[in-house]
Amino acid sequence: MSATPATPATPAASLQGTTLQIDAHCRYVLRLADTSLVLAQRLGEWVGHAPELEEELALANLALDLIGQARLLLTYAGELEGRGRDEDALAFLREPTEFLNLTLAEQPNGDFGQTIVRQWLIDTWQLCLYERLAASSDTRLAAIAAKALKETRYHQRFSSGWLVRLGDGTAESRQRVQRALDELWRFSAELFAVDQVDERMHAAGIAPSLTELAAEWSARIDADLSAATLRRPAALPYPWQGKRGVHTEHLGYLLAEMQYLPRSYPGARW
Amino acid sequence: MSADPLAALGSELQLWSVLETVLDPEIPVLSIVDLGIVRHVRRAADGALHIGLTPTYSGCPATEVIRATVRTTLDAAGYGDAVLEEVLSPPWTSDWLTEQGRAKLAAFGIAPPEVPVSSPRSLAHARQAVRCPRCGSRASERVSEFGSTPCKAHYRCADCREPFDYFKCL
Repeated sequence: MSATPATPATPAASLQGTTLQIDAHCRYVLRLADTSLVLAQRLGEWVGHAPELEEELALANLALDLIGQARLLLTYAGELEGRGRDEDALAFLREPTEFLNLTLAEQPNGDFGQTIVRQWLIDTWQLCLYERLAASSDTRLAAIAAKALKETRYHQRFSSGWLVRLGDGTAESRQRVQRALDELWRFSAELFAVDQVDERMHAAGIAPSLTELAAEWSARIDADLSAATLRRPAALPYPWQGKRGVHTEHLGYLLAEMQYLPRSYPGARW
Repeated sequence: MSADPLAALGSELQLWSVLETVLDPEIPVLSIVDLGIVRHVRRAADGALHIGLTPTYSGCPATEVIRATVRTTLDAAGYGDAVLEEVLSPPWTSDWLTEQGRAKLAAFGIAPPEVPVSSPRSLAHARQAVRCPRCGSRASERVSEFGSTPCKAHYRCADCREPFDYFKCL
């Protein structure tokens, strides 16, 4: 990732401007793709371990939708990049520092309550985001967002439903889910941290304003927290930069498991 | 390319009947036409027939199986040069299921979707009582919003006591 140089008005500079725009576009799509992919991989870890069969099926179904969304986005990012990398090359052959997912998505499952809190924070974010992206000037991204949106609504209904049941449930469930919220809240500021990629994409009419998104997300979060009788933690400064490729130690282990087979047996097929 | 427009229309109609023989691998009573995932069959300017397919759920593993089956069915039926296209927009919803498809689902033991997705009631009425496809009772309860495939939720009938699948309104 290089810093943006000052741009003198020469043909070379305008070419460089175009390259920067394509690079930002590709990065923007990769961030969305990686957040869905990494979260799906985490959800898949519940298979065989969930507290009830029905909830295990639910988490696996969420993962399946997210993988489908990630595939559409990764394919598109590969085309934008123009270096011949397809969805598989991007998913299985990149290093942790090349992954641009939100730091929140890679956090460990913890107990069922912690998984639900992580899911609900991201579902609500994706809901606000996809509603706006469905009207993006990038018609390909708009079509993917419109498709993802209806699935995300279903996901958010599931995760907010569990948040309320656990929060307004027993003393034990309430205590656990509040603790998970306190633990994960510090990663939420990154959802709305604006950098050059976001600015460029917003200026091009491709991405929505993150400030606008933050206000709506916050309102939805407060409504659900109130129904769940949970306490909103205090805001914390923003030290997390997953979407710029700087991750917590958890991502490397997750990718090692996810990428093991295609890296050990290159070109393996079912 | 046929110069006769009626003959051209005839071959497009024939193609639809070929597509009606391709079944969903997970719900093998539904054809892809019943599911509403064939978006168009049309002849392009170059004379080739183009078939637009749309996925149901983004991650549905059946999508690739369906695509491969459509390809081999077309090749076997003499449409080897027909072109398959993926159509994402507008996204598929359960509203695209045909009436015939809904009747087939019910006969197969899967409750067809009851609320149009385009209706604002579709999300608010998540907890509605669904009609049991076995005994017809509406005294049913939802076990889970998710089921054995991405398109189904899991219900139980309080009268005949049988569990059943409900095609998600999504």
